[in-house]
Amino acid sequence: MILHRDDDPSQRPVLLETSSFHEVTEIIAGPTETPLTTTWILLLMLSGSLMLLMAGLFGYLFWEGTGIWGINMPVAWGWDIVNFVWWIGIGHAGTLISAILFLFRQKWRTAINRFSEAMTIFAVMCAGVFPAFHVGRVWVVYYIFPLPNQMGAWPNARSPLFWDVFAISTYFTVSLLFWYMGLIPDLATMRDRARGTRRFVLSIFAIGWRGAARHWQNYERAYLILAAISTPLVLSVHSIVSFDFAASKVPGWHTTIFPPYFVAGAVFSGFAMVANLLIIAREVFGFKKVVLMHHLENMNKFMLLTGSLVGYAYAMELFIAWYSGNLYERFAFYNRALGEFWWSYWWMVSCNVLAPQLFWFKAIRRNLWAVFVICIFINIGMWFERFVIVITLHADFLPSSWGYYRPSWVDVFTFVGTFGLFFTFFLLFLKFLPQLAIAEVKGAMPEADPHHLPSAGHSAGGAHH
Amino acid sequence: MSNQSAAASAKAPLFGVIAEFGSPAEVYHAAEKVRDAGYKRWDVYSPFPIHGIESAMGIGDSKLGWIAFFGACAGVFGGFGLQFWVHKFAYPLLIGGKPMVAYPAYIPVTFEPGILFTAFATLLGMLVLNGLPRFYHALFRSENFRKVTDDGFFIGIEAKDPKFSVESARALLESIGGKNIEVLED
Repeated sequence: MILHRDDDPSQRPVLLETSSFHEVTEIIAGPTETPLTTTWILLLMLSGSLMLLMAGLFGYLFWEGTGIWGINMPVAWGWDIVNFVWWIGIGHAGTLISAILFLFRQKWRTAINRFSEAMTIFAVMCAGVFPAFHVGRVWVVYYIFPLPNQMGAWPNARSPLFWDVFAISTYFTVSLLFWYMGLIPDLATMRDRARGTRRFVLSIFAIGWRGAARHWQNYERAYLILAAISTPLVLSVHSIVSFDFAASKVPGWHTTIFPPYFVAGAVFSGFAMVANLLIIAREVFGFKKVVLMHHLENMNKFMLLTGSLVGYAYAMELFIAWYSGNLYERFAFYNRALGEFWWSYWWMVSCNVLAPQLFWFKAIRRNLWAVFVICIFINIGMWFERFVIVITLHADFLPSSWGYYRPSWVDVFTFVGTFGLFFTFFLLFLKFLPQLAIAEVKGAMPEADPHHLPSAGHSAGGAHH
Repeated sequence: MSNQSAAASAKAPLFGVIAEFGSPAEVYHAAEKVRDAGYKRWDVYSPFPIHGIESAMGIGDSKLGWIAFFGACAGVFGGFGLQFWVHKFAYPLLIGGKPMVAYPAYIPVTFEPGILFTAFATLLGMLVLNGLPRFYHALFRSENFRKVTDDGFFIGIEAKDPKFSVESARALLESIGGKNIEVLED
């Protein structure tokens, strides 16, 4: 017999204190209707300035070329690729929460799914700008797509860089479609609460949604299909990103462990980022009734799992480097841990392997200050992981071609600027769209079950299903 | 109010009759009775999908899976076919001694368009099956119906139903516990 878990308080998605659908609408849609606050405007100005900084530096790069970055031989991939992989990885937790946890019927995900899907989209935007500008001649960046052209030339479909173009653009597009589809019923909710111009604008985006059961039936099926295809998609995206490295012949890159190791690391850093954003949003927007302690605790357990997987991957890399007996492979790992960039390797190990082990302790999982700091360290560690991998280039085969790598000031401030891009969009999302999925939250409440009895808890609901 | 609408209905074409219900359970059981009364052109309106309402309404399964399947096929064959055609016919370029038709290397760009086209087919198919976007609808005439995206549950019986008459539909909706009954012009 399958136990109905609706009566288990840990499975109740949100709003433990209310059983009223109207109150859910008020709590989630209400904040989008209030006037702008000074804090919000100041934050938007701050992040908008950073975004302009990024735009300005890309303008500078557009004019001067990629020489203004720190990249050169032998390290032809520098901070830009590190940042690209890092931002893409951040996005993966959003898809995991919206798709994989949906397929596993984890109802607690409704507390965080809209939020993390938004994070995915903005993170992929931040990621995408780096390779787009790294090509150098960004005005012909469309050459990466297989488009008919007057030269009769086509991209090389046997190259991982071509796969990457498809993986990232598919990932962005599907995430956006999934997110927008989830928003349609909630936009209709906001439309029906609005008057005048606001109602007109929302009507356009809500495309005439009226909650008909025949519509919901197709809608739910569409949601299921999108969740089902997003699950292999998210696993494929970081696998394909790892092929950019693994399909080369560079020692330390050419390893079969890369795809699962990249995916685990991506989910790891993504959860850390969601946790950081949620801890802030819950304080600032008064979501303590909505995003509960056990949601954050669940995420910490995910970080413990994926952090341990990442630690296992590091250990396995070292073992295989030794066991392979390959001189260059052995040197690559010796050099990572003890060479000129030893500090980045040990930043990576301490942040990614050691820090999440603290989540074995319940007291730490429930102490938000500790969680916040650990999550920051996890994201620093994951950034260093990509740095360690990319920087392996500095000493590959011939000692005569070894070199050192330093980022230029443009590298540093461009990266800082992408946070402006991310937070500008995130702040706009927080203010103008429902931060939680209104219809999904309602649908996950016990009161939404047509066989729910108001006082007697859950009746035998299986009869009609 | 409803008398006026009924009087007006003599001239203007009718959309149908809608009634409000108090909870998912009420609308679920009311839907079973509308189904048993033999109506075909009617619908339940709710702020979230009600579990099992399809069987209470007696409507079949969604056809969206087929649309998504054809999207997936188009993406998979299109993606593989593009790479095959480019390297075999359009632009056979020898790189690193790799064979032209290196089909294992074609897998990522076979898979990703498969996902992409499935996603588009799913979303657009859902919209087409639902007749959306539709910016005008008779239901939007009703002020009370705005609750449908908040906490209102409605059943609407449409005038296009062969069994429809204002009196019988109203009587049925009243008898199964419907409140705030309105007759809406199309």
